[in-house]
Amino acid sequence: MRILTATCAAVLMTAVSAAADEVAPDDVTFGEYGAVETSLTGTEGDAENGAMVMKTKSMGNCISCHQVSALSDAPFHGEIGPMLDGAGDRWSEAELRGIVSNAKNTFPESMMPAYYKSSGFIRPGDGFTGKAGEEPLPPLLSAQQIEDVVAFLMTQKEE
Amino acid sequence: MKLKALTAAAALLVAPGLALAGPDDDTLVINGETEMVTKTEAPAHMEETGISEIISGWHFRSDETQALEMDDFDNPGMVFVDIGMEQWETVEGSAEKSCASCHDAPEDSMTGVRAVYPKWNEEAEEVRTLAQQINACREDQMGAEPYGYTSGEMANMEALISLQSRGMPVDVAIDGPAQSTWEAGKELYYTRTGQLELSCANCHENNYGNMIRADHLSQGQINGFPVYRLKNAKLNTVHARFKGCVRDTRAETYSPGSPEFVALELYVASRGNGLSVEGPSVRN
Repeated sequence: MRILTATCAAVLMTAVSAAADEVAPDDVTFGEYGAVETSLTGTEGDAENGAMVMKTKSMGNCISCHQVSALSDAPFHGEIGPMLDGAGDRWSEAELRGIVSNAKNTFPESMMPAYYKSSGFIRPGDGFTGKAGEEPLPPLLSAQQIEDVVAFLMTQKEE
Repeated sequence: MKLKALTAAAALLVAPGLALAGPDDDTLVINGETEMVTKTEAPAHMEETGISEIISGWHFRSDETQALEMDDFDNPGMVFVDIGMEQWETVEGSAEKSCASCHDAPEDSMTGVRAVYPKWNEEAEEVRTLAQQINACREDQMGAEPYGYTSGEMANMEALISLQSRGMPVDVAIDGPAQSTWEAGKELYYTRTGQLELSCANCHENNYGNMIRADHLSQGQINGFPVYRLKNAKLNTVHARFKGCVRDTRAETYSPGSPEFVALELYVASRGNGLSVEGPSVRN
């Protein structure tokens, strides 16, 4: 029940924000090297919320694969992808937006899931049910959550 | 176990503050007498993968979990071997037969069987898994109902039969009539499924030894099936595990016993050719 309510709320929120200048997953323009220049929402990202998205298993779950010293209050950081300390030094905001949205446009062989993609999957499922899902699937993160994660990553500077 | 201090030291050397990557160097001896091959040279067909050594999942587990497999009195999977033995002797079906009616004692008739399955069946002209062969026996010879493909009864029977090959090297054939099935399984192994777009290879070929959240990724070997998992406190079959893995890529899974999973089982089993049969093994 609580999940249902949360889902309804999420649907409403999506509908509201979609009414603004949100770019749908299929409409995102990636540059030649995978960067996305334009904000997906037009609303500035919230780094604090981005940190929460990255730590939360049911959201970005980024720390499953990446170590991030600034998020060390959450346990069990993985070692699949590169460490993200200093990501804001190494990448521009547009590059980070591109990598978080669909890293395969930047690194073709990347294992990283595309967080803002809704179609073109092999055997797309309905979440973690194991049953078939119908494309377009809801992207793994919302447009604003992507912006929030990018905002957090931009704060990751070592110098 | 003795290696604990050494492992800790190695962890410090490798990367201060990080979990130790890679399998450990412990030795698996069961009941103080059966030495198991848990690391060995990769089979020739794996040359293109760049993996030169195949490693049992046992090496990727904690000392505490490893210890459970070293003594049959500690191995929670052995209870199910006993239940499997009761099933073996139970008369069922219209032919009023039990497994024992034709196959006598499993210690005599089932030695080496687990090691070569999945296997081409000449009569049926298909590659069959051990589970399919068990059910073919039940239906055709006993006139009994088949077991559910991933049911507890099936897992018990697989555990009983696997135990008769304990310590023998996995040796599934991948050429001849089995080759096309093997090729299909290989293709599946490298297919990135679901919304997470993950293949078996992403985790178990390219990242074994690494941590994904709190999980230590193994090579995904299946020489230890059926596996007693501490996580769900029961024996787990290969296809149930495959299904769980594919589900976790946010994909529409294949069904246990489907041609896809039969092919995948043959391919994955072949990546373990040379490792000892461990079933029933213990993992987390």
